[in-house]
Amino acid sequence: MHGPSFVYPNDVHVAWSIMIVLYPYITGLVAGAFVVSALYHVFHDHKLKPVARLALVTALCFCSCATVPLLLHLHHPERALNIMITPHQTSAMAGFGFIYSLYMLLLIVEVWLLYRPEIVEGAANAVGLKGFIFRILALGSRQITPGSQKADEWLIGVLAIIGIPAACVLHGYVGFLFGGVKANPWWSTALLPVIFLISAILSGIAALLLLYLVLCWAKKITPDADCVRSLCKYLWMSLVAAVSLELLELLHLAYEAGAEWDVLRELLTGRLAVSYGLIQVAIGSVIPFLLLPVAFRTERYAALRTFLGTVSGILILIQVFAMRWNVVIGGQMFSKSFRGFVYYNLTLDGREGLIAAIVVLTLPLLALFAASRLLPLIGDAEPHRPPEDLCKSMPLDVCTSHQ
Amino acid sequence: MNKSHDSAGASGCGSRPATSGLNILNQGTPCSGGGSCGGVSCGGEQRSKADSRRQFLSRATSMVFGSFALTLLPMESPETAAETPLPAPLNGGAVPAPPAASAAKPVLYGFLVDTEKCIGSGKCLSACRTENHVPDGYSRTWVERYVHFKDGTVQVDLVPETGYHESKLPIVDAALVDKAYFVPKLCNQCVDAPCNQVCPVHASFTSPEGVELIDTDHCIGCGYCVQACPYGMRYINPETNSADKCTWCYHRITKNQEPACVEACPVGARVFGRLDDPESELSKRLGATRTQVLKEHLGTHPKLHYVGLSKEVV
Repeated sequence: MHGPSFVYPNDVHVAWSIMIVLYPYITGLVAGAFVVSALYHVFHDHKLKPVARLALVTALCFCSCATVPLLLHLHHPERALNIMITPHQTSAMAGFGFIYSLYMLLLIVEVWLLYRPEIVEGAANAVGLKGFIFRILALGSRQITPGSQKADEWLIGVLAIIGIPAACVLHGYVGFLFGGVKANPWWSTALLPVIFLISAILSGIAALLLLYLVLCWAKKITPDADCVRSLCKYLWMSLVAAVSLELLELLHLAYEAGAEWDVLRELLTGRLAVSYGLIQVAIGSVIPFLLLPVAFRTERYAALRTFLGTVSGILILIQVFAMRWNVVIGGQMFSKSFRGFVYYNLTLDGREGLIAAIVVLTLPLLALFAASRLLPLIGDAEPHRPPEDLCKSMPLDVCTSHQ
Repeated sequence: MNKSHDSAGASGCGSRPATSGLNILNQGTPCSGGGSCGGVSCGGEQRSKADSRRQFLSRATSMVFGSFALTLLPMESPETAAETPLPAPLNGGAVPAPPAASAAKPVLYGFLVDTEKCIGSGKCLSACRTENHVPDGYSRTWVERYVHFKDGTVQVDLVPETGYHESKLPIVDAALVDKAYFVPKLCNQCVDAPCNQVCPVHASFTSPEGVELIDTDHCIGCGYCVQACPYGMRYINPETNSADKCTWCYHRITKNQEPACVEACPVGARVFGRLDDPESELSKRLGATRTQVLKEHLGTHPKLHYVGLSKEVV
C-alpha cells in the first residue's frame, strides 16, 4: 500500500464474529472424530478400538451443538429455517441445512446401532431416570440376537462408509463458503476447502487423544499404549499435511505477488503476526511437529508418551483454532479498499462475546459428560453379546432360537 | 377382500398379509404355538404392531424426503412472479390476458458517475441518509477524495456529509500534488451480483428493472452478502437486523423520479436513466464517452459506470 490508509465506511463493522470462528472449529472436530471412528469401523485399524466408540459419540455431541454459534450469530435466528424452506440454489450456504441434517441423522443412527446392546440392556434392567431414558432410547427394541447384531454391525459399517464422504462434504463445504468469496483475496482460493478438511481431521484426532487421556485418568485406568501411539502417529501425519497446505497457500500468494499481496503481507506481518506467526505456526505447528515423533516412537515410557501426547493435543487444538481465527477474522481485518485495516473488538458479554463463545465450546463437553453417565465411551469397541439373563428375561425367545 | 382376509387369517404366523391394510384384521389371531415359529417372533398382535411401525416409518420417511424434494423445486422469484399471468382458476376463470406488459421491452436502469464533475459537496450523502433513513455509522453512498502526490503516493479520504469545503480533511500543498479528484460510490447493481448469488434464503433478488433488492422480512441476517460484495456496499442494518444497501432509490425510480442523490447533486455528476432507451441522457452519455467500471476483473458486470477513473480507484 502506498500512502495513508483508507477503509470503506461499511467495512469498519466486522460482520462475522467469533461465532463464525467457532462454527468451522466445531464441525472440524466432528469431521475429524468421525474419521477416527471410520479408521476402525471401515479400515479396521484395531489399535484404535479403545477410542472407536468415543470418536462417534464425540462427533455426535459436537455435531448436535454445531448450530448454536450460528444461531447466536444470525441477526434473525427465528428465520433460521428459511435456509431449508426457501433455499437459494446458487448459494453455497443454502446447502447447509440439508448437509447438516443428513449428517446428523447418520450420526444418530450409527451411534444408536453401536450402543443398541447397552440401550436394550438398560431398558430392561435400569431403574429410575436412567431406566426411563434407556426405555426412550430403545425405541421399542427389546431384544438383541446374534442375527440382529450381525445386521447392526453391517449397518454400522455401511454408515461409516457413507459417513466418510459425508464428513468431507460437511467440512469441505465450510471451506468452500470462504474459498468461494471472490471479493476477499485472503479467502478466495480453491485450496481452502482442502485446508479446512485436513485441519478438521487434525483437530478431531487431537481432541480424541485428549478426551481419551482425560477419561482414562478419570477412570483411573492405564491408557492403551498402542492406541495412544497410533493416535499420535495419525496426528503427526495430519499435522504435516495441514501445515504443508497452509504454507503452500501462503507461498503461492507471496510468489505470485498479485495486486492484493501488499495488503495481505501487511496483514500477516501486522495484525496477524501473533495469531498466525507465533500461535498458528511456531507454537501450534512446530512444537507438536517435534514432540509427536517422540511420543509415537517411545515404547517404554508411558508417562512420557502421555505427557507429550497431552501437550501436543492441546497445542494442536490451539493451532486449529488460531487457523480458523486467522481465516475468518483475519479475512475481515482489511478493507475491501485494500488501503486500510479494521479492528475486531471482541467483547466480553453479549450474544457474540467471549463468555458466550466459552459457553458454546463447553456445551458439547457437557453433552459428552452426560453421555458418559449413560454409556461406556472407552474400552471394548466390539458390540458385546447380550447376557444370558437378558435373553431369558425377554418375552420373546428369539435369543434362544439363534443359539 | 374377504378372501384375502380369510387367507391372511388362516395362514397364522409366519405369513404376511397381502396388503398392509389387512394388518388390522390379523389382530386377535394369536399363534397357536404361543411362542416361537421358525425363529421369528410371532403373534398376530406383535406382528401387527411391527407392521404398523413399519408403515409409520415408511410414511414418515416418504414425508421427510418428499418435503426435502419440494424445497428443491425451483422457487418463483419476484421477477418471474411479476411476469407470470395467474392461472385460469385464480383469475376468475378467464383466458389469460395477452401478455401486453411482458411483450414490451423490459425497463433496464443504469447509472453514470462523472468524477470530473464531482466537487465533493456532500449533498448527495445527506439526501440519501434522509431519504432512506440510513442509520448513523453506515452508508449507502459515499464520496472518496483521491490525492495523487508527485512522489507517487496516493492519499484517499472520505468526504463528510457536510461537504468537502466544510470538512476537516487534511489540506495538502498544491505544489506537491499531481492530481486530485472526488469519486462518489454507490451500489454497482451488478448484472452478475455476488451478493445475490450467495444469499442462502433468496432474500436478495433482482427486480424486473435489474435492480438488486433485499426482502428484509425474509433475510436471516447471516452477513454472507456483506462478505461477498466486493465494493463494501452492504451492511447489516442495526435497526432492522437485516442486510441493507443502496437500491438506487427503487421506491422513487419506479415512480419516474430520480434517485435522491441524483436529484441533490448540484453539478450533475450523477446521471441516472434507462439503458433500454437510446434517447435517454444516460444512453447518449455512455455512447459518447469512454467509461470504466470498478473491479472489472471480478466479472460482476456493474451497471454503474464511471467517467474519468484512475487505476488507483478501487
